[in-house]
Formats: sequence, C-alpha cells, structure tokens
Amino acid sequence: MVVRYQAAMRGAVVAGCLVGAAAMNGAAAQTLTMASSAPITSVDPHYHTFTPNASLDAHLFDSLLDMDAQSRPVAALAESWKLVDERTWELKLRQGVKFHNGAAFTAEDVAYTLDRVPRVPNSPGSFAIYTKPIVGVEIVDPHTIRLRTAGIYPLVPIDLTQVAIIPHGLGKDPATEDFNSGKNAIGTGPFRFVSYKPGDRVEMDRFDGYWGKKPYWQHVSFRIIPNDGARTAALLSGDIGFIEAVPTTDAARLRTDKRVHLAETVSLRIIFLTLDQSRDGPTPFITGPNGEKLDRNPLKDHRVREALSIAINRPAIVERVMEGAAIPAGQFLPPGSYSYAPDLPPPAYDAARAKKLLAEAGFPNGFRITLHGPNDRYVNDAKIIQSIGQMWTRIGVQTSVEGITWSNYIARANKQEFSAYLLGWGSSSGEASNPLRSLVATFDAAKGRGAVNRGRYSNPQLDALIDKAVTTADDAAREKVLQQATKLAMDDVAFIPLHNQKNIWGMRSDLTYIARADEQSRAQDVRPVQ
Amino acid sequence: MTTWLLRRLIQAVFVVLVMTVIVFIGLHVIGDPIDILISPEADQAERARAVAALGLDQPLWKQYGLFLWGGLHGDLGRSFVFNEPALQLIGGRMPATMELAVTAVLLSVVIGIPLGLYAGLNPDSLLGRTTMAGSILGFSLPTFWVGLMLIMVFAVQLGWLPSTGRGETAELFGVQWSFLTRDGLAHMALPALNLSLGNIALVLRLTRAGVRENIHMDYVRFARAKGLSPARVVLVHVMKNILIPVVTIIGLEFGSTIAFSVVTESVFAWPGMGKLIIDSINVLDRPVIVAYLMIIVFLFITINLLVDLLYTVLDPRVRLENRQ
Repeated sequence: MVVRYQAAMRGAVVAGCLVGAAAMNGAAAQTLTMASSAPITSVDPHYHTFTPNASLDAHLFDSLLDMDAQSRPVAALAESWKLVDERTWELKLRQGVKFHNGAAFTAEDVAYTLDRVPRVPNSPGSFAIYTKPIVGVEIVDPHTIRLRTAGIYPLVPIDLTQVAIIPHGLGKDPATEDFNSGKNAIGTGPFRFVSYKPGDRVEMDRFDGYWGKKPYWQHVSFRIIPNDGARTAALLSGDIGFIEAVPTTDAARLRTDKRVHLAETVSLRIIFLTLDQSRDGPTPFITGPNGEKLDRNPLKDHRVREALSIAINRPAIVERVMEGAAIPAGQFLPPGSYSYAPDLPPPAYDAARAKKLLAEAGFPNGFRITLHGPNDRYVNDAKIIQSIGQMWTRIGVQTSVEGITWSNYIARANKQEFSAYLLGWGSSSGEASNPLRSLVATFDAAKGRGAVNRGRYSNPQLDALIDKAVTTADDAAREKVLQQATKLAMDDVAFIPLHNQKNIWGMRSDLTYIARADEQSRAQDVRPVQ
Repeated sequence: MTTWLLRRLIQAVFVVLVMTVIVFIGLHVIGDPIDILISPEADQAERARAVAALGLDQPLWKQYGLFLWGGLHGDLGRSFVFNEPALQLIGGRMPATMELAVTAVLLSVVIGIPLGLYAGLNPDSLLGRTTMAGSILGFSLPTFWVGLMLIMVFAVQLGWLPSTGRGETAELFGVQWSFLTRDGLAHMALPALNLSLGNIALVLRLTRAGVRENIHMDYVRFARAKGLSPARVVLVHVMKNILIPVVTIIGLEFGSTIAFSVVTESVFAWPGMGKLIIDSINVLDRPVIVAYLMIIVFLFITINLLVDLLYTVLDPRVRLENRQ
C-alpha cells in the first residue's frame, strides 16, 4: 500500500512537472526578452528626443506616419496625406483604430497631441522641433484633419513620423510621471504597457485590438543592459533573445557562432570631421611645421580641406578599425536614401595629390595640427582619430590626437575650441535637408539654421539652395535641389565625411529581424524563422 | 556622549556643504547638460528654451543659492534627465543596491572569518596555505574581469545561473526585494559573489593575522592552563581581541560596497544606485549627482558612528570622549 502510494505520488509529481514544463515552454515561446543598449529616460513619448525612448515608444504608440526599415515615410495612423494648397496638408485618418483603453482614435486625438507636444514641462529635448512649422490645426471631420504651415513646408509628413499620438481623454496637460507609472501610457501601438522599472526594464503585453499586423510575441520584456560585454554574454547564455548594438569586436566572432544570428543594415548615422571655419586668423590647434605661430587659418583654404580629405584612406578605416561594420561615405546619406546623390562617391585616397594640393596652398612642408574626438560616444571613435592622425602625418601634416570624454568634449566643440574634430550625425528624417539645415547652413539663430554647424562653415550659394529645397513642394523636384546642394557642399569640402555606420542586432538563431536604418529595436519586427 | 554626537553632526553638515560646492563648480567646469541631452536637430531657439526650463540660464551662484534654499525645505531638485525628484529617483534604486551590499558583506563575514580562523590556527596546513594564496587573487583581480568571467563560466558555459538583471521581486515593507524569491536569489548570486570576493579576502587576511598575533599571548596560554576548551579559547577570548580591526574594515567596506558597486552593477545590469550615478555623471545630471553624494556622505558618517559605538561594546577600555 505504501509502495503503491509512493509510486502514485511519483507519477503525479512527474505529470505535474511535465504539465508545468509544457506551460512554461508555451509562455517562454511567446515571450521575447530584448536588451536596449542605453537606459530610456521616460515612457512619456513627448518628453525627450532620444533613440532608446523612440525604440520603446514604437511598441506602445503609433504616429500618423511611420518610417519603414529604410527610413522612408509610410502610412500609419494616417492612411493618406496631400497638399490641398501650398500651406495646408490634409490627412485622412485610419478608421476603426482603438487605443489600449478602448477609446476610438479620431482627429480630436491628433489635435490634442499637437497641442501638448510643445508644452511638456522640463523637457530636456523637446519634440516641438517637429511640430513648430504647424501653425494651425483644423478638424474637418472625425477622420480628416488639416494642418496649416506658416510658409511652404514640404517636410510635414516626415516630421510627423516622430510624433506619437496619445488619446485626448488624458485631460489637460498630462504629467510625465503618469506615463512612467503607466496611468497615461496609452497608445494605439501593438503592445500594451504593463510595468516600468527605471534603469532595469519595461514589461509589455500584446494588444489584441491592434489595427496592424499582429506581432508574434504575447509578452515582451524590454531590458536595459548598457555594458557591451554583459549584453553579448546575456545573448550567448540565452537569458536575452534579442540585443541591439552588437559591438564590432564581438560581431566577427558571433557570425561564426551557431547559437546566434545577426541582422545588420547601413545606418543613417554618418561619422565626419568638422574643420574650424570660424576664424580667418590663427586657429587654436594649428601651428607651422616647426611649431611657429601661423598668421592665417589654413583650413579656410579649399585646397587644404580637400588635401586632408583625400589623405584619408576610408576603406582601410572601414576594414581595419570598424571591422566591416561601416561603409565609406562621400556625403551625408547612405546609397538608396531619398536625395542621395549618385554622382558623389567617397573621395578616393590619393596621398600624392594631397601633398601637391598642400604645396599649392602654400604649405609645402605641411603644418602641425591636433585632431580632437570623443572617446566614448561613437563606435571606435578614439581608434578612428588615431588612424586619421597617422594618415595625415604621412602627407606632412604632423598630427597629434586627443580623445576626450563626451560630456566635456561636446561642450568645448560647441564653443569652437577645436580646429579639427570628429562628430556623428543621424538623419532622423532619412533625407538630406535635415543635415544640410543643421550641419552646413550658415549659423543663424533668427532663422534657426546651422544650429550644430560647429565649424561655422558659411556659403551663401549653399544657403540659397537649401532655402529653395525646403520650399519646393514637389518631391522629385526637391530631390534634385537637395542633390545639387549636397554636391555643392561636398565639392567645397564643407566637412569631411568618413563613413556610415552599420547597425547590428544579435538574436537567437531561430529568430529574424528586419534591421532598421534608424537604429530602433522593435519587438514586432522580430519573428521566428519560417 | 551628547557633545560627542553634536560634534560629529556639525562635522557632517560641514562636509556636506563643502561637497556640494565642489560638485557645483566641478560639473559647471566639465560642461553643460543641455549639450548632451538636447536633440541635435534642435534649433537655437529650442536650445534657449531648454536651458531656461532647467534653470541653467541663471548665474552659478544663484543656482547654488536656489539649491540650498530647496535643500532646507527637503527638496534636492529634479533630475534633468528623468524629470523626477532626485531623492525619489535614488530612493527607488536604493533597495537593489542595499540588498546586494548586505549580501556581499554577509558573505564576506560568513566565509572570511571562519576561513581566516582556520588559516590562522593551522598556518602550515594545505587548506591554510591555499586559502592565503587564493585570497591574494581575491583582492588583486579587477572586479569587472572577475564579473565577466563569472558570467562566462556560470551563465554562458554551464548555464546554471542567469547572467543579468534583477529577476523576480516580492514586496516587504512596501519595497520590492529580490532576496525573497528563488528567481531573485538566483539573479543575485553572481553579482553578490563578485562584489564580496575582495571583501572576503580582506576579512580573511585580517582575521588570520589577528589569530597569529594573539595565539602566542600570555592570556591565551593562561586560559589554556586554566583548562578552558580550545573552542572557548578561540571563539571567545581570541575572537574578542581580533574583532576590532575586523569590525572597522567591515564597516568601511560596507560603505564603499554601497557607494562604489558601480562596476559590478554595470557588468550585471543590476538596476541599483551605482548604475544610476554613473549614467548621471555621463550626462551631467547635477541634481542626481549632488543628492547621491549627500546620501553617501550621510551613510559613511552613520557607519563610522556605529563602528565607534561597537568598539565600546567589544572593548570596554575604549571611551567615546576624552575626559579631562
């Protein structure tokens, strides 16, 4: 009797374990644990323009338009959009869309969102930069809305891809804290907010009332693991199924690991050198070949700028320093983007011609320069400036290199303290007007142009072309002008492009991911291999 | 006793004040948080708005004055990055760090003292020698490397323990703790071990040195001659005499384990205060940095106070104030 009882118990325990295991497998199979490489600063989608936040927001919220994987605008909550006159955009909104709280999505929500965006208190990086051109909102009917701009402004649809829509039922001025607690974290996105532990994770469940393609995952755990080694180890140990920003040093090894699959694409982030154009007289970090003071700034001479550009062996940097995780660049955007100029290849390496150009410019013996860069911001940033230092020294420009921590570096760069320095730029709009307006247009606070033109490059001809481009409504015609402007900037060596980074994601070998040019990691785009 | 406490308190307030001035000036010299936080696409007007919104357009002395005024009212400012009160932000992360630090210090006591006693009593035995050799590794290997090795061995190769994060938590006294759940304990094992390795080695060596020194003293011989059992001689008489340095070190180490668990927390993605402070320094989030340092100063002062009080318990000869 006793024996039988034990046997029965054993049977029950085994059965219980099996059931438990099956249930767990079922739950585990439908759960995606993913790792972000930087902490999010808020769940409030209008608080801080910051890529990790945008990644999270893409799960919970939708915008009127979305960016596809190649960063071209596609329909989302708006089904179609058109100019009704030069200054008015009319958007037809998708019908039958529900928010996570059950409320129906209408034009009212769009108006409410556009009204809130510029008024989020204490925002360290406001989304108002995307809504500012819109000066009037008119609700035509519940599923039609008109947006008026002050001047002709063709980029409204692109700017709207950055603005997450929230329901108007949240009341007047919903607080950022209430998004973090989940009370206000209500969108129309494919996942519903469950919980947020700052610095650790956000838990989300699939929203079954979602209007778009149903995501595979029932539950998503969005973890924050900034340490590169720890993130890779977590993927290898199987704790995490999907990680972003695979370090270039690990990518080569992971490619041969059977447990792991990598997805990569060329990013919209360009790494480039800025040259001091703000001084006609001596620039702080350039002296003559023997250390003597110079009476002029060599970087103002177009020939010197070109010499410095063609002295850089871009394919070598891409291959050796970046270990293949980049492509050489000759302009802002990677090939395939809207307004990419096909006749602008990366400048070819030519040390002999570089020396000749220097001699023509009056520097047959070169000069001394200090090249500055951050050492904790962009992928392999400190190693890149070291390689360039060697390449420049080879053409007679004796280069010393200084890597500085980002928080100090960027403050000094903003004060024009350097002569030549490395920076990066991600074009969130996926087209050239964005870098043209911010990086190379003449610095002009009144017009809001050239805000991060730290070298203070200025070319009235280029400014005129940029003005023309952003007031050309027709997409094809505008693309032509943008290409023309890009070509002008590059021919004049307004800055020295180096390479476009690649974004690399790592995941379990049984998963696939649609790699995105904008660096966002989205669980809805992760699916099992068919 | 009261004067002694009062003097300690005045010292503490002075230390905190000096520290805030240094942080204010230091961070101001390093750079501007707006440069780091703001969207690079923002134009000049938007930048000016953000500077004003965070109060950074005021002269530094005025910013400091406002901070002091707020501090007097219990408000140490709002984080520039998270838009939450700095104290609340740090308080939210504190339990994670506390439980990690307490576990690490407990481990170092539970493992370090017995091993040290053994090594001190049997210095020529194989185990005694191995322990001493191993302890050198314990505090000479860098934590980040040991952490990654622990992950490689126990999580990636063997698959016994999770590699990252905090795991499941349960509520006690209104706070979420992970030592209450099995999953949470599994997540805590590796980081706690990593954090305690150096401390174990330190406690072990101190204990051993103390035992070696005391075992030949007259009082030990006398106790033995009196016929006391060896266990009583070691555990009561010797222990009492060697504990003062050990307690001092444990106290100090507890403080620094809490304050500087940064490396372990980032390697194991442990969402504690250490990770918060390093992120905050990177983006120059001044309110959080100041509040954090104030808490740490307060913590060290409290721990030192407790250690001093413990001395009087352990050694009746110690007096807190010099009677003239």
